[in-house]
Amino acid sequence: MNSRATRLALLPLAIIAIGAGSGCGSSETGGSGDGKSLTIYSGRDEEYVGPLIERFKQQSPGTEVEVRYGDSAELAATIREEGDQTPAGLFFSQDAGALGALQEAELLKQLPSSILDRVPSAFRSAQGDWVGTSGRVRVLGYDSRALAPSKLPKSVFDLTEPRWKGKVGWAPANASFQSFVTAMRLSEGEAKTKEWLEQMKANGARSYEKNGIIRDAIADGEIEVGLINHYYVLEAIKEGEVNGDSYPVKLHFFPDGDVGTLINVAGVGIPEASKQQKAAEQFASFLLADPQQQYFAEETGEYPLVKGIAQDPSLPPLSSIKQPQLDLSDLSDLQGTQELLQETGVL
Amino acid sequence: MATGVNRLPVAGGFTLRGVSPLTLLAASLVAAVCAVPIVYLFIVILGEPAAAWQAIWRQGTLRLLLRSLALAVAVGFTATLLAVPLAWLTGRSDLPWRRGWTVLSVLPLVIPSYIGAYLFVSAFGPRGELQKLLGVEQLPSIYGFSGAWIVLTLFTFPLVLLPVRAAMRRLDPALEDAAHGMGRSQFEVARTVILPQLTPAIGAGALLVSLYALSDFGAVSILRFESFTQVIYQSYRSSFDRTGAAALAGLLVLVLLLLLTVESRVRRRRSYHRVGPGSARITADVPLGRWRWPAVGFCAAIALISFVLPVGMLIFWSVQSVAGEVDWPQVATAAGNSLLLAGLAAAAAAIAALPVAWLGARAPGRLSRVVDLLTTSGYALPGIVVALAMVFVGIRLVPVLYQSLPMTVLAMVIVCLPLAITATRSAVVQIPPRLEEAARGSGRSPLAVIATVGIPLTRAGMLAGAALVFVAAIKELPVVVLLSPIGFDTLPLVIWQQSSRSFFESGAIPALVLLVVTAPGIWLLVGRQR
Repeated sequence: MNSRATRLALLPLAIIAIGAGSGCGSSETGGSGDGKSLTIYSGRDEEYVGPLIERFKQQSPGTEVEVRYGDSAELAATIREEGDQTPAGLFFSQDAGALGALQEAELLKQLPSSILDRVPSAFRSAQGDWVGTSGRVRVLGYDSRALAPSKLPKSVFDLTEPRWKGKVGWAPANASFQSFVTAMRLSEGEAKTKEWLEQMKANGARSYEKNGIIRDAIADGEIEVGLINHYYVLEAIKEGEVNGDSYPVKLHFFPDGDVGTLINVAGVGIPEASKQQKAAEQFASFLLADPQQQYFAEETGEYPLVKGIAQDPSLPPLSSIKQPQLDLSDLSDLQGTQELLQETGVL
Repeated sequence: MATGVNRLPVAGGFTLRGVSPLTLLAASLVAAVCAVPIVYLFIVILGEPAAAWQAIWRQGTLRLLLRSLALAVAVGFTATLLAVPLAWLTGRSDLPWRRGWTVLSVLPLVIPSYIGAYLFVSAFGPRGELQKLLGVEQLPSIYGFSGAWIVLTLFTFPLVLLPVRAAMRRLDPALEDAAHGMGRSQFEVARTVILPQLTPAIGAGALLVSLYALSDFGAVSILRFESFTQVIYQSYRSSFDRTGAAALAGLLVLVLLLLLTVESRVRRRRSYHRVGPGSARITADVPLGRWRWPAVGFCAAIALISFVLPVGMLIFWSVQSVAGEVDWPQVATAAGNSLLLAGLAAAAAAIAALPVAWLGARAPGRLSRVVDLLTTSGYALPGIVVALAMVFVGIRLVPVLYQSLPMTVLAMVIVCLPLAITATRSAVVQIPPRLEEAARGSGRSPLAVIATVGIPLTRAGMLAGAALVFVAAIKELPVVVLLSPIGFDTLPLVIWQQSSRSFFESGAIPALVLLVVTAPGIWLLVGRQR
């Protein structure tokens, strides 16, 4: 080939490569910010977060708030790629796993104890890098037309019995489900988890894309039970404007700290490189203040994490649910879960 | 490289087999920008080579790769099977209401594959409309390979149809006449004269369709087909494993290389331009005779399942959903943003495609293959990989432009460019090289040659390419989520937000609006044909 032409052609390529490579090393020190602007990366839907943002703006006039909505893990990946240049002042994640991943990559700042101490220690980072703002519980949704409460399994491990063949729905690709499997690996061990997955598969567990679709499949009588988050049923009742008693899907909380009843949280963390620390801390405190905790209980059907906030009367109190022993930050260890799901052919 | 490269003495410098240095430089520049995702993958993989190796060297990677490749090839094949007869009927025959069928045959392109997949599941899935209609207990499962295969074929086949129809209409009837004159049968003529002239168009279209199937995430995840792209998404989403994802994406680039090699074999160096003096006569329509009505039935059946039924369902859901719940100002703003973004991307891609197409048509060789690989990579890689690559490179190289409209447009161009290149290149190969040579020989500057010969003669191809990019860019989601300016809502973003909760139906109205605003692109594609 014409060598001059080749060189000419490769020149721009080289420039890009060198530029990208050298850019990695550059750094910018983030100040504490003037508290006048705040950029939030939100993995939570605008539908739920939007009203809170409006409230926050009213309470802190002068602060300009911008929100980028997306998938929690994708936004965590974005913050990671952005590195020390991230425009994100605060990361509002749908689950603890994405926050745990950023913590592990040492990309989060330590939060002040005035914020951390608002919630029980189980629902915040042990290192103090993130704090939960609302909780959700993994439950077994069941078709109350087909099943009496006495027929319900005592443990998630009972779902492998022949009685449940082809009648269980799950969402192997769903982040909440994978967090639960991770919790099972952490608390029950790899071998037992693998065995459970294999037996569930052999027992004809039916895969769905999302929790909400599992719920609808139960309501449609397609399956009898499904592993979902508790608030999907409250949401259907609210959005469908049906009477809670007549809605066929009911919630079953596995008793005695069974790993099937994992309590996971949505939460916030402040990127290490955040240039808006002051405003970000204000927003985190705001989310943990009583009125906003009340908002989660009433509007999103989630559990408030701050003590003394009234919640939906149809739900058992959070303190009565026994959380399996684990550190929620460890739920970022999804690598092994994914490998296990692939190995067993579940995913 | 083989010796005997034909170096024409040209005013102003050297040439690589008949391509001006300006074209060469422009094409390399475009390729370099398009190389951002691959450069990013390299940086990530080299950062943690052991982890990358581990991610690849896992049980099931090969099987996964073969499954995805099988899907890509199968979709390319069936799309061709649908597209070629349809192209011939709407392009070369006296089919009744031909204009209507011409438009209908392209319209499936406006339906994003994720919406198509959702509609397909709602219609044929468990507890779907069909099951209700038939009153049966269970239907054969539509999930997995077969569902993904059907849906991806239905909503991408126009990518084969368009270039094939264009090629059919440009066929020089003198060739067919000559073959007939030599006593060959109709079938022989089709096999020996027409088909060879169509293979580049078929190859290019089928490649676009196959690569789409390879990189699609929305449809395969709704249809629960575990594809390579889906696993890459999962690596980011649930394992926070950027190295593993990058390693898998690197493998995908190798698959792309393989498919590109196959395609370039098909598009081997041949002459497709007219050699004799004068211009080709307009081709005559072939009378269908008693096949008229079966042909109409064929066109109608395809139009029904690939466009009429899906749109009908969207309309049905829109009517059902309470119009009062729709945030009309938000939808209107999003429609405006979508039009702006897709319009800018289309214009930029049409220009960027010109030198690449010219290089590919005039100097197919090692360099052009490298350029092809780089310019196609953004289209073949999962959207999330391109988006994160742009995040990584963009914030370091051009922080001023980070998460701005220009950068979003640039990312969109990287994702959609092969659509424009393919359309433009098919126009370039039909221009006799003597025209540029004559223009250069008369002492015009390279820029003047481009302005007076290149652009005018490739205008139709550029417009078609721009239209294809417009139609593709307006549906694109991951790039917009991560790279657009904050608050820059587009229609796919609104659809995603509305349907990410469990009720997809609430996204039906913005989805319909999306179909409507895509109309200008379709008009550009087919409206101007006679």
